[in-house]
Amino acid sequence: MSAIDTPETAISSPTNRAWRKLKAHKGAVVGLCIVGFFTLLALAAPLLPIPDPNATSWTAIRKAPSLLHPLGTDELGRDILARMIWGARASLSAGFFSVTLAVSIGVPLGILSGYFGKWFDILVSRVTEAFLAMPFLITAIALAAFLGPSLINSMIAIALSALPIFVRLTRGQVLAVKTEEYVEGARSIGLGPVAIMVRYIFPNVLPPILVQATLTVATAIIAEASLSFLGLGQQPPAASWGSMLNVAKNFLVQAPWMAVWPGSAIFLVVIGFNLLGDGLRDALDPRSA
Amino acid sequence: MTAASPTEPVLTVEGLSTSFQVDGRWSTVVRDVSFEVRPGETLAIVGESGSGKSVTSLSIMRLLPPRVSRIEGRIRLAGRDLGGLSEKEMRAVRGRDMAMIFQEPMTSLNPIFTIGRQISESLTCHLGLSKRDARAETLRLLEKVRIPNAASRFDEHPHQFSGGMRQRVMIAMALASRPKLLIADEPTTALDVTIQGQILDLIKQLQEEEDMAVLFITHDMGVVAEVADRTMVMFRGDAVETGTTEEVFLAGRHPYTRALLAAVPRLGEMAGEHWPRRFPIVDMATGVQAEGKSVDATVATHEEPVLAVRDLVTRFEVRGGVFGRKTGEIHAVEKVSFDLFQGETLSLVGESGCGKSTTGRSILRLVEPRSGRVDLDGFDVLDLDSRDLLRMRRSVQMIFQDPFASLNPRMTVGASVAEPYTAHRLGTRAEARDKAADLLTRVGLDPTMMSRYPHEFSGGQRQRIAIARALALDPKVIVADESVSALDVSIKAQVCNLLMDLQENLKIAFLFISHDMAVVERVSHRIAVMYLGEIVEIGPREAIFGDPQHPYTKRLMAAVPVPDPARRGIRRDLSGQELKSPVRPLDYVAPERRYRTVAPGHMVMEGAVG
Repeated sequence: MSAIDTPETAISSPTNRAWRKLKAHKGAVVGLCIVGFFTLLALAAPLLPIPDPNATSWTAIRKAPSLLHPLGTDELGRDILARMIWGARASLSAGFFSVTLAVSIGVPLGILSGYFGKWFDILVSRVTEAFLAMPFLITAIALAAFLGPSLINSMIAIALSALPIFVRLTRGQVLAVKTEEYVEGARSIGLGPVAIMVRYIFPNVLPPILVQATLTVATAIIAEASLSFLGLGQQPPAASWGSMLNVAKNFLVQAPWMAVWPGSAIFLVVIGFNLLGDGLRDALDPRSA
Repeated sequence: MTAASPTEPVLTVEGLSTSFQVDGRWSTVVRDVSFEVRPGETLAIVGESGSGKSVTSLSIMRLLPPRVSRIEGRIRLAGRDLGGLSEKEMRAVRGRDMAMIFQEPMTSLNPIFTIGRQISESLTCHLGLSKRDARAETLRLLEKVRIPNAASRFDEHPHQFSGGMRQRVMIAMALASRPKLLIADEPTTALDVTIQGQILDLIKQLQEEEDMAVLFITHDMGVVAEVADRTMVMFRGDAVETGTTEEVFLAGRHPYTRALLAAVPRLGEMAGEHWPRRFPIVDMATGVQAEGKSVDATVATHEEPVLAVRDLVTRFEVRGGVFGRKTGEIHAVEKVSFDLFQGETLSLVGESGCGKSTTGRSILRLVEPRSGRVDLDGFDVLDLDSRDLLRMRRSVQMIFQDPFASLNPRMTVGASVAEPYTAHRLGTRAEARDKAADLLTRVGLDPTMMSRYPHEFSGGQRQRIAIARALALDPKVIVADESVSALDVSIKAQVCNLLMDLQENLKIAFLFISHDMAVVERVSHRIAVMYLGEIVEIGPREAIFGDPQHPYTKRLMAAVPVPDPARRGIRRDLSGQELKSPVRPLDYVAPERRYRTVAPGHMVMEGAVG
């Protein structure tokens, strides 16, 4: 037996190991910091010493950043910093919850359809194809209009529109993993289909899904913005980054700060989620050191 | 094929060292290697995986990624120093002065272009021929590599060619620009033995015709003996021994050379032995060889067979056309019958597509057989509901070919080995853990390695893990599907020895599926030869090897490369005989087969096959 010269690693559970690797991943740490920062801000919104985000002031319309209003004011004289912080709640939850919903329905559906095949696969595939044929935003608008305008309903609408992509992606991955010898090996030791799907298929199809999920978070935040703009998402006067951006585009020349802050925030969060997703993918893969 | 002609060497390599940058550190994988190849001469570089033999050839071609690799030393091709050439000049050298053929003929051709176009491309590109001339030249090349009906196959795509034929196309492509040096990197490893013989002969013949120098890289000592004038043995990046093939084989000095040779099974060395015998073990430091013990009297022939297969038929549908209608059937397994007794090893041998793997999978019902009867340890296998099916799988386990693919990469080794035990609820988690530790010890691994992942182990170790896992349920029968084929020779010998140890201690019956006749000879009690889904000959190992009756059995035996340099002159039939396909039209009725008994237990199918 040829001895391989791997250093003796301390006995550790897989979760420990993944966490250690995530901490060593520079990009992931940056991503985690960004996402964590905005999440904390959103959670702490009621506790922070900031003005009421919906308080209008006729004397402070479209004022540039100053000591009183560090990020400036909008077209109704509301404090942009306060609206940014409260808006983070709507935007982050739109991104996070809609993707979680989409993944938690789409991935199992994709695994079942890919693993069992036959009529179930045909049914699921045709339905997802029909959904994929419609533009993402149109589907979301139609669903949101049908469910009625509110933040929760817009999140559900976004989740349902993002669903087909996850079903499709998962199914494709399952078809590839299903033919691996270790899956056949699992069958040969007498494992049932559920155990095989949970322990063999799912962990091995996860990486591309994680990447897709982080990208979809970005899409979802922007979709929420669009729905808000159409009056189907966050209801005024409550703020979300998307709705702020949509109003700001009318005043780009006169008050650029109105667009810069929500725009940068969306940009940063999207980058943060992407970096975090990349890091998670590497950390969860035992093959990468 | 003159061994030492006085002419200038085509390729001279002096002090070649190649390093790779891994995680910011440079590690040397080839150290100070020097050799030369003369026109018309074949130099074989032989070694096991990780010995640096492929890296050596890639360094010569300069095909390594430039940023993370560093090549030192002098490489001269036909008097020209390749070290000083720019990437652009190098591109002109590649394919024109030296050409390369790779291991995998399935992936080294572009699937979307026709064969003819791919060959003509290198002609128009390197030699500046016109389209018409290139076509004519391509046809000539295809004929040269003995592709039947070359003219009609010019416009076919790679998927319409079999593996052996694709390798011929690769050779035709390599020869297109009449290179002075041909580098062949494991060109026959992915091919069946009878096809391998054809390709080796083809390379030898073409070399004679063109007076080419050939650098032949392989791990197979049998192939080396057959093609090489001189041999260089590599071990962990060093060239440990260079000499004429006779010298290396008959009077190898380095212990590694001797260890390598000892581990190579030789066809016929078991003549007169009644029981399977373990491989000899060679001490790597001293080269001292200890003969392996035989596995005595494990077979319980007087009892009921633990596995009885009768008239097993497995077919796969072939669908085609716009509506995906059934157009034919692959008769993968056709009326196969055999018994397997406790403590016995029955080998199923044959070439790819002969149905040997499908037979194994059908017995476990990993594929659904069409008809027949399989009795396994009291279970009527083909008549089980899904609950009993899972229970039945406790009695029979499978070890797969590829130790890199047969373990879940995201599960620790301990969890993988313990899983069969927990899945069948045979005990608590702690008991499963103890069981896993015990099994790992039994297959020669340290139980402290339980928390590691499969990628941290070498190929041989992974195969041991797979064996440990198969043992977890104390099965009566283990189906070993090409379980040692992907391993290096020395590791292969150790894993075979392990299987024989287990058989002796646990009285396990093995259904040993393999195409490697030399290994089969070592491990089997009985052998069944399969061809196109049918067993053409079955009998005791001594009878099959000593007195083969069926023409196909004889052809199979003759094709096995034997590690004996005296056989270098041997030429086989060069005509491109291909393996026939078991795809049949829908109205095909399998003919009734009759078996002739040669001796007790030795049966041969009568009549022609095909």
